[in-house]
Amino acid sequence: MRSAFVDALCEEAARDERIFLITADLGWSVLERFATAFPARFLNVGVAEQNMLGVAAGLAREGYTPFVYSIATFASMRGYEQLRDGAALHQLPVRVVGIGGGFSYGHAGPTHHALEDLAIMRSQAGVTTLAPADSAQARRTLSVVADVPGPVYFRIEKEQLPDIPTLAGRFALDSPELVRTGKDVLYLTTGSISHTVLKVAEQLQKQGISAAVAIQAHLSFRSSQALCRLLSAYRRVISVEEGTTAGGLGSLAAETIAENGLATQLSIQGIRGFFSHGGSNEFLRSRHGLDPNALAKVAAQWSHSKEAA
Amino acid sequence: MGLQNTVLPDDIRSLSTRMRRRIIEQSLESNVGHIGSALSITDILAVLWTEVMRNPGGDDPDRDRFILAKGHAALALYSILRERGQLSEEQFHTYCKDNTLLNAHPEYGLPSVEFATGSLGQGLSVGCGIAYGLRQRGSPGRVFVLVSDAECNEGQVWEAVMFAAHQRLKNLVAIVDLNGMQAMGSTKSILDLASLSNRFAAFGWQSIEVEGHEHAALQSAFHAGLVDPDRPTVFVARTALGKGVSFMENRLEWHYRNLTPALAQTALQEMEV
Repeated sequence: MRSAFVDALCEEAARDERIFLITADLGWSVLERFATAFPARFLNVGVAEQNMLGVAAGLAREGYTPFVYSIATFASMRGYEQLRDGAALHQLPVRVVGIGGGFSYGHAGPTHHALEDLAIMRSQAGVTTLAPADSAQARRTLSVVADVPGPVYFRIEKEQLPDIPTLAGRFALDSPELVRTGKDVLYLTTGSISHTVLKVAEQLQKQGISAAVAIQAHLSFRSSQALCRLLSAYRRVISVEEGTTAGGLGSLAAETIAENGLATQLSIQGIRGFFSHGGSNEFLRSRHGLDPNALAKVAAQWSHSKEAA
Repeated sequence: MGLQNTVLPDDIRSLSTRMRRRIIEQSLESNVGHIGSALSITDILAVLWTEVMRNPGGDDPDRDRFILAKGHAALALYSILRERGQLSEEQFHTYCKDNTLLNAHPEYGLPSVEFATGSLGQGLSVGCGIAYGLRQRGSPGRVFVLVSDAECNEGQVWEAVMFAAHQRLKNLVAIVDLNGMQAMGSTKSILDLASLSNRFAAFGWQSIEVEGHEHAALQSAFHAGLVDPDRPTVFVARTALGKGVSFMENRLEWHYRNLTPALAQTALQEMEV
């Protein structure tokens, strides 16, 4: 997805001369095409993320739209206060691109697992926090937020993933996108784990459970009417995120339900445990209950309890 | 609260005295500390804002920019803005009162404040970004960033120092307020940075030492150093915390302490114009 994202960024940069790309010395074999096409708007600041966020704020103050690029952990956390005091406080169009959320860098070990990036970004009113599910949606987010005055955080999957046909690249701020209809339960998800969730829904179909799937790529600071409408249409909702459950998508769903007095029952699936050792993305997801079987079980158990009642 | 363009004072000595009086009077009125830090940069600001920077604090796209990275000395900045007519008297007196834009650290939204500061270590990076952006669009504008000596404890300062040297940001100027004091003691006792001037020079900056309370020395250093620099320049200005008030000078407690009416009167008596 990151490759498609950089391609899309090159297209945007050809149209929009404000765009700058800044890296803290990561993105080998991915960023060269931008650097070659726009050498005057490409900047490698060295391994110095705090300075990168400060430089980006200064450039944005002079009318540019800098995209700062790093692995999601470093992009979101090493310069977090700089993002807060700079771009967020001054509402400057700095775009933070965090590559490989969740367990994407599984084998790299826990220092590279971005588990709280979405939650901490979402906690700032002035930051637009996005986790597109596939390349087509990632492209779409770029053009939708082109004129958002304040900072935007993009969590972008490292690996190439097929596009989700029923999503068809749709994206609007605040809004969930329904990618599969179903009547028994709704899975609400975000980012690249959406692909797993769609598999879960197929698996449940075979067990006679009809599961809908919606993708909420914008983890908004406040609950939205669009999300409220969607959640109110289901008795049971399961939120799935590849990140800590405190503050992220599950929290947004819970806040929406509570604030609007919805009767919807919610099960929050995400990372609750402490750090894991390294392993493959698949292994680590499974370890934290984010594999298709475990996620399907949540709906199946609900379904049984309904029959029992 | 209209902003007037007052004529710049020709006498920098009396300008800095008026600024010092404002700092004392307003600190007392608002019952806020950080007086020593403000007094330590008063002379630097008086020279910079009248003799060195071009159109500071306005909306000319090619103006010189000023960032007070050591945000806790904001009252000194408000004082020069008031003296230049860039703040009204009424606005100035809202310092640290409810719903003001004049907080203990410069807040974004106040005209003439280029960038909000308060968290140490960040100002020089922002200055780098602005300087890079100015150069990119061919503007003659320069960026002046005033940092404190203890602020150089922050690693981010050195990230910015390296970046500026590597990018040859000759339109970037740092001024270090070398007052030798930090929140809990002397800089020497807490984290000795030895010669900051040498450190900047070693990182590839043009580095100039200057007496930070001597107006003529400041003027000639700025003028000589900024004729046609080929790299970023730092002025390491030797200063004293609480300069101008005998009982505050180099006394740690005046980093934070508030004034009483009696102490304020004593201080003001020392600064008769």
